[in-house]
Amino acid sequence: MKRISRYRRHKAAGPFLLLLALLAIGTTFSVASATTAAETTSADRSLQIEEGRQIFLKGCSSCHGLNAEGAQIAPSLIGVGAASVDFQVGTGRMPMADMSTQAMRKEPLYNAEETAALAAYVASLAPGPAIPGESELNFERDGSTAEGGELFRNNCAMCHNFAGQGGALSQGKYAPTLMGVEPRHIYEAMVTGPQSMPVFSDKTITPEEKLSIIKWIKSAEKEPNLGGASLGRVGPVTEGLLGWVLGLGILIGVAVWLAMKAR
Amino acid sequence: MTVEARLGSVANYVDERTGAAAWMKKNLQKVFPDHWSFLLGEVALYSFVILLLSGTFLTFWFDPSQREVVYEGSYEPLEGIKMSAAYASALHISFEVRGGLLMRQIHHWAALIFMAAIVAHMMRVFFTGAFRKPREGNWIIGIGLLTLGIVEGFLGYSLPDDLLSGTGIRIAEAIIQALPVVGSYLAYFAFGGAFPGESFIPRIYTVHVLLLPGAFLALITAHLMLVWYQKHTQYPGPGRTEKNVVGYPLMPTYMAKAGGFFFIVFGVTAFLAAVASINPIWLYGPYTPGQISAGSQPDWYMGWLDGLVRMAPPIETHAFGHTISWNILVPGLIIPGILFTGMALYPFIESWITGDKREHHLLDRPRNAPNRTALGAMSLTFVMVTLINGGNDIIATHFDLSINQIMWGTRFGVFILPPLAFVITKRLCLSLQRADRELVLHGRETGTLLRLPHGEFVEVHEPISPEKAFLLTSHEQAPPLELPEVDGRGVKRAGALRNKLRSRMSVANAEAIPKVSVNDLKEIEHH
Amino acid sequence: MSNEIEAIKDPGLPAHVHRKADTDSAAADRAERQVAILFGISALGTALLIVSYIFIPDDVFIFIPVMGNQNAHQLGLGLGMAISLFFIGMGAIHWAKTLMPDTEVVAQRHEFRSPDSDRKEFVEAVKSGAGAAGLGRRSLIKKSLGAALGLSALSPLLLLRDLGPLPEKELEKTTWKSGTYLVTDPGNRRIKASDLEVGAVAQVLPEIEDPEHRKLSDIAKDAVLLIRLRPQEFNLEANKLAMTHDGIIAFSKICSHMGCAVALYEQQTKHLLCPCHQSTFDVTRGAKVIFGPSARPLPQLDITIDQEGYLVARQPFSEPVGPSFWERNSQ
Repeated sequence: MKRISRYRRHKAAGPFLLLLALLAIGTTFSVASATTAAETTSADRSLQIEEGRQIFLKGCSSCHGLNAEGAQIAPSLIGVGAASVDFQVGTGRMPMADMSTQAMRKEPLYNAEETAALAAYVASLAPGPAIPGESELNFERDGSTAEGGELFRNNCAMCHNFAGQGGALSQGKYAPTLMGVEPRHIYEAMVTGPQSMPVFSDKTITPEEKLSIIKWIKSAEKEPNLGGASLGRVGPVTEGLLGWVLGLGILIGVAVWLAMKAR
Repeated sequence: MTVEARLGSVANYVDERTGAAAWMKKNLQKVFPDHWSFLLGEVALYSFVILLLSGTFLTFWFDPSQREVVYEGSYEPLEGIKMSAAYASALHISFEVRGGLLMRQIHHWAALIFMAAIVAHMMRVFFTGAFRKPREGNWIIGIGLLTLGIVEGFLGYSLPDDLLSGTGIRIAEAIIQALPVVGSYLAYFAFGGAFPGESFIPRIYTVHVLLLPGAFLALITAHLMLVWYQKHTQYPGPGRTEKNVVGYPLMPTYMAKAGGFFFIVFGVTAFLAAVASINPIWLYGPYTPGQISAGSQPDWYMGWLDGLVRMAPPIETHAFGHTISWNILVPGLIIPGILFTGMALYPFIESWITGDKREHHLLDRPRNAPNRTALGAMSLTFVMVTLINGGNDIIATHFDLSINQIMWGTRFGVFILPPLAFVITKRLCLSLQRADRELVLHGRETGTLLRLPHGEFVEVHEPISPEKAFLLTSHEQAPPLELPEVDGRGVKRAGALRNKLRSRMSVANAEAIPKVSVNDLKEIEHH
Repeated sequence: MSNEIEAIKDPGLPAHVHRKADTDSAAADRAERQVAILFGISALGTALLIVSYIFIPDDVFIFIPVMGNQNAHQLGLGLGMAISLFFIGMGAIHWAKTLMPDTEVVAQRHEFRSPDSDRKEFVEAVKSGAGAAGLGRRSLIKKSLGAALGLSALSPLLLLRDLGPLPEKELEKTTWKSGTYLVTDPGNRRIKASDLEVGAVAQVLPEIEDPEHRKLSDIAKDAVLLIRLRPQEFNLEANKLAMTHDGIIAFSKICSHMGCAVALYEQQTKHLLCPCHQSTFDVTRGAKVIFGPSARPLPQLDITIDQEGYLVARQPFSEPVGPSFWERNSQ
């Protein structure tokens, strides 16, 4: 022990620790993703569910109730499915930091393994939408951008804006931006309808159609600015502001110079 | 032959064929006063020229048709989507025509700057009193140009037939449809049947590229001819009177400056078009009535109208089997109608209040017309409040507010803030007048402290120059109108109530801090 | 009037101050060079434009701080054009400011009012002209001319009649009929009641024979939003409740205010919000307006299921959909 603490103040200690931590996270993650990919035995699963229950009791039960039956301030989680947990916890929305208007996206509190355990626990309570696997999320192969665009404009643009930048809802709530959201989370949001968002059933928007929507969102996200700075892609408000400030602003500046007497 | 000699022979050539020498000689030496605020109207004029040029470019490829086509162009995310030929051709201009996107963006930015310059120019004319006799007619032409500009801009916004355009047209249709008695007929005539139909875009295209530009050209010509004939107004100052114009001759100085400024305006518009994306129609997708985007807004010059419509209370009258939508008619037609009529009539209202029927060529400093300045500030506040509500959803998401809060804020604000702006501006003007008076009487504070023999510290004041003193005291301070309520024979005059109102307003209008006279200065010297 | 106050005298136009270039020929030469440089920069701008047009393909993107990834072709064209124009202007103005005459010139104004004698004659001429025409006396002519002019304005108006058909009762009709299937938009697939989970929405249209050629003007009246709630969440009158099916309620998607698509459904609050003017409708109370400018609830479509469980309309809309109009009769 002494030997280690001797190196604690070493110049390289910080970077070294960071490296170690990264390695640890990487390993856990690869192990975690490997376990989801590989066939998990039923023993493993019940172990995972138990682990999830423990996390749940510590981090979630104060609001959602000891058996996830819901309470005054939080809904029941029975039947919401693993997809819902993966979305809410995986995007950091749950656990909620404060009980304000709406759960915001933030750094997730739980790592991938813990999230998977929580999801397994909630899924064990009652059947619900499952987390889509890698093969079900191959939007590049199964989706069509143009069709996705049409579906997006019909079903998503009214809240998330024409370019997926998000928009205002009533009473201070808002539809978040879709830029930079993982395809899995977009998919889960559509099937589970988190917070203000409604559910988009697999029968009205088929899984292939959902992938098309994801493909379109990813294409809009990747699309470089064809005509100059994007101004946030929120429509005429920022355009008008820039027209006045930069456009007329520069011109008035030149006009002042023009009318000034030369020395 | 030198350049001068060559140009001289051109002048000779022209005169021998037109006899224009006398007229040209006089007008080439025409004097234009120089001030940056006089260039705002020029920005509008040049933007109009840019709009004509870039607009012509766009017409070469734009297909104003609502015929349904399947997109086969190079923008993949819309591949195979059904859309109107208008939208498809707007995409073609954006993606396949080299420089087409640049031109589209120049056209749109020029439109925004055009409207902004018109409004800024109007503010200059209003706050300096340049609309007074003999320029009332030109003020009205200006109001006409502003109105046309709003309509023309809206039509241009509607032409590409993308989702945002269509939403705008939908709202315009709802306004037409809301007109009592004739609404649904007018809507059916305008759209050639049920909304959206296949006729509206071809029709507004003709209006956008032919009828309104023609009207613009006629009005702009009249506007400029009047400026030319009546000579430009000038700011007050030493050597400047109601009887003269001080400035630079048209040829060559003003010509070079004005000509150069055209290129500046074009250059700045092109710069914006190069660096900032405007109306990325390909992201909006084609219009269909079942779709909508969050944050659907009009361009800024319509934004205040949209804000008014948003804040309107939900009132409709249902009676005798008919419906009247006050929630559309009042904010969409009646209030703008009152505003624009009031603006057009303002020169006459002011001269009625002041009883002033003389010509004015010297501009007012805004502080010296406190009532007018306050009224202007009040109107601008009204427009700003409604404009803010017009973008309430964008403001809400970007500043962590709620649209309901902003809506309620502006619903109250639209009644409270404009009168408040009036009072504050008027007080501000009067205190600026007071500061002017102090400055003329006691001079400029130098910041140097002087210790008097008996120990007191005083700040040294330095007298201001005679030029400055003249500038600060050259304005007129007319007493209020005296309107006796009874005539010479003791009989009450007709229209007593009107007279009372008039003299009340006249008294309020004449409120001022007395300007410094020579007598005041002499008195100070005695002390 | 009180005794005249003596105003401060006009000291007259300040003396002209010469520019450096007026007195110093070296300064003038320097100004000339500056102007030439400005024009030269403009020429470089044009060169940039030409190079961008010919040599930069339109699929090259470059990263520019603040602005992000930019299309090099578009940026080159635009900046080239901007530079080429802007610097012509700068050059011309700099030239005017430094080398052209800058002595202020005073021109006299003349009152617009003509001499009194001219005015008098002018007014007389107008009067006698009007008198000679008999405008004052011959009132029959005056009135009939007024009437004729007024009437003549009708002819162009009448000629505009063929702009469109008469609205008849069209604004009150939609494609929805008794037994019309609800189909997804887009996709045109029939929907079973069981397809929708609680909290789900679906954008639907009436089923038609040729969905490939659905008219936009039909969508503008037909678009419907399906929402599924828990049946006990409704707070509806019996007749409105009867129009729902097992928690599924259908509203016209066309806003009763100005016709935008009202489709922002907030699942938790059960509110529908119109993104155009923010009218907010409470779904549990039959789309009652709870905020914003709309004065009427969204029309509700009466739905049920057929034997196989597919959703169908039980009857057409009982009131016109979309924004109000004069002939609309809805007490």
